[in-house]
Amino acid sequence: MRVAVLKGGSSLERQVSLRSGARVEDALASLGHEVVPIDADADLVRSLKDERPDVAFIALHGPGGEDGTPQELLEILGIPYTGPGVASCIRCMDKVLSKHLLRAAGIPTPDWVAFNATAFRELGAADALEQIEARLGFPLVVKPAAQGSALGVRFAASRDDVPEALVAAFSYDDRVLLERHVAGRELAVSLLDGEALPIVEVRAKEEDRFNYEARYEIGRTEYICPADLPQDVSASVREVASRAYETLGCAGFSRVDLMLGEVLQPEVLEANAIPGLTDTSLLPMAAHSAGLEFEDLVARIIELALEGDGRLARQRGA
Amino acid sequence: MRRLSASFRHTSPMPEPQDRPSEHAGTASPAHRRAHQTARDLERYAGLFAQRTRVMRSSAMRDLMAITARPEVISLAGGLPDTSTFPPETFAAQMTKIAQESSAEALQYGPTEGFAATKAAIGRVMAAEGMSPDADDIIVTTGGQQALDLIAKTLVDPGDVVICEAPTYPGAVPVFCSYEAETHQIPIDDDGMRVDELEALMDRLDSEGRKPKFIYSVPSFQNPAGVTLSLERRRRLVELARSREVLVVEDNPYGLLRFEGDPQPPLYQLDGGDYVIYVGTFSKILSPGIRLGWAVAPPPVMEKIALGKQATDLCTSTLTQYFAVEYFAEDRWRAYVHSLCDIYRARRDAMLEALERHFPPQATWTRPGGGLFVWATLPEYIDTSDLLAKALRENVAFVPGAAAYVDGQQGSNSMRLNFSGSDADEIREGIRRIGAVVGEQVGLYETITAEHRIPAPPQPPEPGDVVPLRRPRRET
Repeated sequence: MRVAVLKGGSSLERQVSLRSGARVEDALASLGHEVVPIDADADLVRSLKDERPDVAFIALHGPGGEDGTPQELLEILGIPYTGPGVASCIRCMDKVLSKHLLRAAGIPTPDWVAFNATAFRELGAADALEQIEARLGFPLVVKPAAQGSALGVRFAASRDDVPEALVAAFSYDDRVLLERHVAGRELAVSLLDGEALPIVEVRAKEEDRFNYEARYEIGRTEYICPADLPQDVSASVREVASRAYETLGCAGFSRVDLMLGEVLQPEVLEANAIPGLTDTSLLPMAAHSAGLEFEDLVARIIELALEGDGRLARQRGA
Repeated sequence: MRRLSASFRHTSPMPEPQDRPSEHAGTASPAHRRAHQTARDLERYAGLFAQRTRVMRSSAMRDLMAITARPEVISLAGGLPDTSTFPPETFAAQMTKIAQESSAEALQYGPTEGFAATKAAIGRVMAAEGMSPDADDIIVTTGGQQALDLIAKTLVDPGDVVICEAPTYPGAVPVFCSYEAETHQIPIDDDGMRVDELEALMDRLDSEGRKPKFIYSVPSFQNPAGVTLSLERRRRLVELARSREVLVVEDNPYGLLRFEGDPQPPLYQLDGGDYVIYVGTFSKILSPGIRLGWAVAPPPVMEKIALGKQATDLCTSTLTQYFAVEYFAEDRWRAYVHSLCDIYRARRDAMLEALERHFPPQATWTRPGGGLFVWATLPEYIDTSDLLAKALRENVAFVPGAAAYVDGQQGSNSMRLNFSGSDADEIREGIRRIGAVVGEQVGLYETITAEHRIPAPPQPPEPGDVVPLRRPRRET
């Protein structure tokens, strides 16, 4: 089969995407596919038209990659693609929207308040900060609404940290959210075709918490897979993750990040429509733990893309 | 709060991002090897790594910088000399001559310490700044960066104290880290390193029975701050080194790129070479691509450096040494450096003018009399690593200041701006864009804090912080 691998792009996560893409290409090649690597630049549509792949593997991360943009283009071109569809990508990329949807579906997610810069500039949102802080408590987490890889995520330990944290988060996006901090264990549940894979626990060194670098460097962060959790807790974490996956309409594969607070209540932080596929990424790790090697994982993801496309075509009455 | 740290290369302190050819290749290669890597494999490798690799880090900033490869991005992040000013005909003629006259020799290994002819060329370049080293004390290295690495390799045991400027050359940080030095940074002001602070630190160390192995300084047109160490401080620094028997490593890539004013004598000249190890490079006056630098050190130190180099790469590229020798055989190099100074002076002027015009009044910056860099400092609440993300959306890039600090945290409200690698129009437009994003963040912060709380009074600088540099005069 002729498989285009979409990677790179111009998001801040370009390098991570190139690493994901390179690894996927290798797997596809050893599966015997014809691999067409495509850097998602201004020539993307032309490249896809010229190359006419049977299916596109989207290994793009961040805005412009997993926010529905290339997915929309692939729909127009009629090329089946891996991972969630347009609407689901839009929901996952926007942390504010996904939190609203999760909460409406009764899935626990930490309390939050979201603003755009205009709210501060033109609507005097700063006047509400005191109430927000009182409601969320300290420490609180400030993050850009649309950004992956923990870029722009800051802890504010006290009121004095809030303005600086807001300025930092607004460097990445025009909308930011302030979120109650959940003290506890950081868990990631990868899902393949809606099935929760073994849970990965991420144990960053204290100074590296929420550090982008630590996530892509061998030996910097400790990962435990499967996470050492009581069976009932593990089951409830996976169940919550599956519900989040469904609620956001994910398909193919995705990853749900959660915090397990002290009362062992899992709370969903976000869902990643196209999680990383690098050497240190969590989805491949979880798949491995489930007995699925990277090549098998890639093969399955391609299979799901084609099946999904068939379903879609039937729905359209084609 | 999250901060980013970074590691850099010497001559090009920000990676000049280029996609590796393999990433565009038609088919994916070493397939089986990479695809079969699992989390377990990675853990196994991690278990094999030496302790020192723990402090060798890749960098999120480096990842961000990769985006500057897009042609629409104006990059003020590089540290690149403008090699397009070197006449291609000269390049071609020299290589032809080498091929015709010395093909076999130029393709052969050479002596570890470098060719005598290369050392003679180095002697001429150093003489232009008033130095006259003994040829035996010179070793030709693969760029100035290797000289730094070899010096650290020779002198530093894990835990040894090394002192450098704050901010320091970003490419020196990973060198000191990889030899597990305990690095202390001394604040600078408009006259370079605060030698009084240095003395105080050495007293403090002395009272603990410790002594630094060496003091690293870029005294002229410093990278990244652009400032130059005053004559008085140069004398005092050399005096300190002699009286306390401590080595000074003088890194001088930019001394000849002087746009105005009188030259300051190199520390090496003031000291006579007893306690000063000198590091030079052809990167900024000829080409960084030829990877030629050198070190000058007292004979016992040189002996060890040479042994270290033998282990590292046997000898510096013979071919590029031939190239340099050929180039310096005629006296044209002075005219070329002169022309570079003219070009860079105009670019610096364009940058300073644009800063006046486009940066908010809360910002300060240095006014270098030479070199390649301006160092700008923003209000403390702006983290330039985050600001870079915003700047990149406006298609402009700079080096976040934290890169120039060993802890990767200080300097987070500063940025290094390069004026040698872009033409005046690009510089003006680049500064305009950066000024706009800075202005937005300043406005946002003021809106938030004005409504929300009274701003905290400014904190007095902690030891190790950069002392605020003199505010440039503003025309109204």
